Amino acid sequence: MMRAYAEAVAARRARTALGLVILLLLAAVSAHVSEVDIGKFVDHIGGVGGYFDRTLRLESGARVWTDPADWLWGWKRWGRLLVDTLLIAYLGTVLGVIAGFFLCFLAAENLTRSRPLRFAVRRFLEACRTVPEIVFALVFVVAFGLGPLPGVLAILIHTMGAMGKLFAEVVENIDMNPVEGATASGAGWVQVVRFAVVPQVLPNFASYSLLRFEINVRGAAVMGFVGAGGIGQDLVEAIRKFHYSDVSAILLILIATVMVIDLLTERLRHRLMGRGAA
Amino acid sequence: MRSPLRAAATNDLAGIRARHPDVFALSPAQRLTGPAIVAIGVGLALYALWRLEFSFERIGTGIVQLGYFLTLMVPPSSGGKFAMYLGALAETLAIAFLGTLVAAVLAVPAALLAARNVVANRVVHFLARRGLDSIRGIDTLIWALIFVSAVGLGPFAGMLAIAAADFGAFGKLFSEAMENSDRKPVDGVLASGGSEIHAVRFGVLPQVFPVMLSQVLYYIESNTRSATIIGIVGAGGIGLHLAEEIRTLEWSRVAFLVLMILVTVAAIDSVSARVRFAIIGDRRRAA
Repeated sequence: MMRAYAEAVAARRARTALGLVILLLLAAVSAHVSEVDIGKFVDHIGGVGGYFDRTLRLESGARVWTDPADWLWGWKRWGRLLVDTLLIAYLGTVLGVIAGFFLCFLAAENLTRSRPLRFAVRRFLEACRTVPEIVFALVFVVAFGLGPLPGVLAILIHTMGAMGKLFAEVVENIDMNPVEGATASGAGWVQVVRFAVVPQVLPNFASYSLLRFEINVRGAAVMGFVGAGGIGQDLVEAIRKFHYSDVSAILLILIATVMVIDLLTERLRHRLMGRGAA
Repeated sequence: MRSPLRAAATNDLAGIRARHPDVFALSPAQRLTGPAIVAIGVGLALYALWRLEFSFERIGTGIVQLGYFLTLMVPPSSGGKFAMYLGALAETLAIAFLGTLVAAVLAVPAALLAARNVVANRVVHFLARRGLDSIRGIDTLIWALIFVSAVGLGPFAGMLAIAAADFGAFGKLFSEAMENSDRKPVDGVLASGGSEIHAVRFGVLPQVFPVMLSQVLYYIESNTRSATIIGIVGAGGIGLHLAEEIRTLEWSRVAFLVLMILVTVAAIDSVSARVRFAIIGDRRRAA
């Protein structure tokens, strides 16, 4: 019995050790490929600390929180850009959700009998959500010119792809009895969707859309990196020009905004789900 | 249609109305909420359209341009840079893997601090949670930009960016897993004379380890996607080439790169799903 126990433990240890060796080997290979070595790592970690230390100092060398007025000197401009960012996220979400809403019924197996149509819609949605939105933004900036427009379009496309898929999954899980009822009483396809499907799925759709809005606020914040509008533009400038205290000020504003938005949408979602369940 | 029940109901319509007023007459407030929400939503969207300077003219010319670019994307071709792209892709995968690994290792102690059932001190718990939340609130791309200016251009900055962004996410996920763990093994370890540290090591960690492992694998998958774009701000990997080819309008190369990324992401997805299944299945049998 003792021996069997010892053997079992040894076998497990051996397997864990093997796993660890494989992991370390993979890590070493990746470190080599990505030009990271321990010496450089140790050297630079200090640099990173120093960088964050500098972001928390004003030009005079004082700590930022000793003089909030100087730290947040650009709050008017940043506030305006922040509103732009939120509007980019809002518009992209609304338009993307609407587009996803119309496409999801065509991608759902229980509503669209035509296999080629379903296949085409699904692949289209997949392409829209797999390509990162910042890549879309880069392309759109070239096509549409600088400004918030390409940012909104990039978020729209990505949201459409993601929502179309999620919505289609919701639609595939509905209760089919109302659909049969509507069909039996002579409703056309559009009427079936309107009166038998939409009422069942609306609470779920709303909840997913709110969640998506949270994600898109984060996405819109970086659209400015490639020239697609919002507060990202100022952030990228502050970082590139080494305006250290501006970096921390904008980051502070961004973090606070994201937290507030998360809280608000979470509340809204809970209320929505509560009503949907009742 | 003219059933006796219906006749009885219509005869007593006034009585039914009196007994169930809420069904027949929604209060004005209830009736207005739906349209009001829609009106506010539409109004905000119109305001956004106006403020962000949308114009049909710009959208029209842009779409024409876009169509032109699309015709130039066919056929995709690497333009003789295939080896270079392949190297960049390997770099991307290495960044994702190493970044996730570093984040996971560093997140374990942070998660212990943030888990309510491990560290009872409320102040420590609160500070750890808020700290992790702030780190999570910053996008990977922002981290990449910060690290590029802190440690210079290259994959090292990208690795740090992935590690930083995931550190916040892992810290939160791990600490939640720990809080959801069963209390009984901990009590058992304490009752048989183990110290607090023993309780964490033998009571909590064995329960949460499989959960943590599967989350780490999932993140390696999602970080492959993030790692493809951090190159746009100069933090190594294939994104650098992608941004460059877009800016120099080499559309057939852009299409080629996008296809390469899509294929890689799909491959990593299927491999990691398999590994995840193997490891978790294995753990369950061993336990």
